[in-house]
Amino acid sequence: MSAGHHQLYRAGDTPVHRLPPQCKLAAVAVFALVVVATPREWFAAFGAYALLLAGVAVTARVPAGSVLRRMVIEIPFVLFALAIPFIGTGERVQVAGLSLSLPGLWAAWNILAKATLGVVASILLAATTEPRMLLLGARRLRLPPMLVQIAMFMLRYMDVILEEMRRMRVARESRGFTARDARHIPVVARSAGALFIRSYERGERVHLAMLSRGYTGSMPVIQDLTPSAGQWLLAGTLPGAALALLLGTWGLRAMWGMS
Amino acid sequence: MHVPDGFFNLAVSVSAGAVAAAGVAVCLRGARRELDDRTAPMAGLVAAFVFAVQMLNFPVAAGTSGHLLGGALAAILVGPYTAVLCMAVVLLVQGFFFADGGLTALGVNITLMGLVTVLAGWGVFRLITRSVRSRAAITAASFAAALVSVPASALVFTLLFWIGGTAPVEIGTVAAAMGGVHTLIGIGEGLITAVTVGTVLATRPDLVYGARGLAAPLVLRGADGDVTVVPEGRVGVRTPVRRSRPFLLGGVGVTLVLAGAVSFFASGDPDGLERVAEDEGFIGQAADHAFGAWTLADYGDVGGIPVGIAGIIGVGITLIVAGVVAYAVRRRGHGGDLPV
Repeated sequence: MSAGHHQLYRAGDTPVHRLPPQCKLAAVAVFALVVVATPREWFAAFGAYALLLAGVAVTARVPAGSVLRRMVIEIPFVLFALAIPFIGTGERVQVAGLSLSLPGLWAAWNILAKATLGVVASILLAATTEPRMLLLGARRLRLPPMLVQIAMFMLRYMDVILEEMRRMRVARESRGFTARDARHIPVVARSAGALFIRSYERGERVHLAMLSRGYTGSMPVIQDLTPSAGQWLLAGTLPGAALALLLGTWGLRAMWGMS
Repeated sequence: MHVPDGFFNLAVSVSAGAVAAAGVAVCLRGARRELDDRTAPMAGLVAAFVFAVQMLNFPVAAGTSGHLLGGALAAILVGPYTAVLCMAVVLLVQGFFFADGGLTALGVNITLMGLVTVLAGWGVFRLITRSVRSRAAITAASFAAALVSVPASALVFTLLFWIGGTAPVEIGTVAAAMGGVHTLIGIGEGLITAVTVGTVLATRPDLVYGARGLAAPLVLRGADGDVTVVPEGRVGVRTPVRRSRPFLLGGVGVTLVLAGAVSFFASGDPDGLERVAEDEGFIGQAADHAFGAWTLADYGDVGGIPVGIAGIIGVGITLIVAGVVAYAVRRRGHGGDLPV
């Protein structure tokens, strides 16, 4: 894949990179669930989650800058979250001359904290796991094999299709075309039509090529990915610590009679 | 519109996940009928196409640009089951490989952008094309299908937000703003879908799933003058069995529920619309931006859209669609001469 610039994967050889993909997938999914289940009033818990993720990033030698750069994906919802205190209902408070909704502030904090933790966890997963391995892991986690195969073909040919689209754009632009207003939609749409025909025909060729190489409906497994108990244990550190934090905080608060 | 973690509470995230899993399971079975044993490579390539097309910016109005959702487009080109699979795979890949959309919100995202857009789009498309079958009708139906699919998705988002959203925003406000802005985006999506389908129809009509049965049957003329008409199902690749009835009914149901919900807001909560006009700056930007106006430079212009007016247009269009649905259903009840 030449045009790998949009991929998040960073090659490396750290304990996090070496973990079997299905362990990492399960760990990130459980971690995200724990984060979403945490009540928003528990500020300390969210700080601890962030520290846990920072620990993973350090272990995996993923530089903070690269994580931050990739977090721009979150910006649309950050802006939405920032708007909630202004448009929210309920009790209002005055902050620096602005009238803000108190439940709105809570909601904004809730979305910001949980979405950010989720995005960082996903970035770390994608940065330490090769896309192909991630899909093999998904298959080991009993995802429908057909779905995994479709995703494999998509990943494999995504760059080809994107490159095809880029060439069409270059061709359009070298003839002086830029899409400025709604009247230019037909031009863009015809490119999309041509792109569909090319994608579909490529799919047919790929299928014929596969048949001629003996494809019978399932891809052969050429890699043994069976994780050891130790690897599961290592992968379970992140969600395990998060869960322990959640339950611990809950227990402490119950003990001190706080709601 | 990729929902991140923490936007919906755990209950809604998990139930939407169950809905998405069930929908994908149904479509895995259905896609085999649409694509035979070619499912994996074809759906994979179409998913890559959908992914690419979602990056295609098209100008909407007033300096804003929108992104294609592509659900209705995929449904018309490759069939509803395959379309849901493609959308689901695109969202999975975006969630896992690009950190776009939360992992716990994956179910919500697949439900909104995969199931709802395809169901609503394909339902509208079949309703129109089952009574009139011509190239023009297919292009027009593509426009209507894509137009309805975007606000349908936005309104189901609102419904989920009402059930288990984590922000205290008035539901009428959210519904009107989401419906209004997405109706505008839906017009762009409709235009681009219609022209795309028209282009494919002009060059490779055999590739458009929604246009099966449109081509003239293959006529074989022998040297001794005998003429054999080969039925379409016997030529080349086996044409899929038509099993669109559940999808059609589902689409009609979704459309009717949405129409009902929107008219409820229109009649029962007039100040909801006024509020949107007041708040248009914020929620208009948020909803529009969530759809993908990526550069911040576009951002200042988004407030220029009169969301209140767009909301009214949205309600009007949905009601018209509901009227068409009701009319079509009535006609089907009377005359059994329509092709199924």
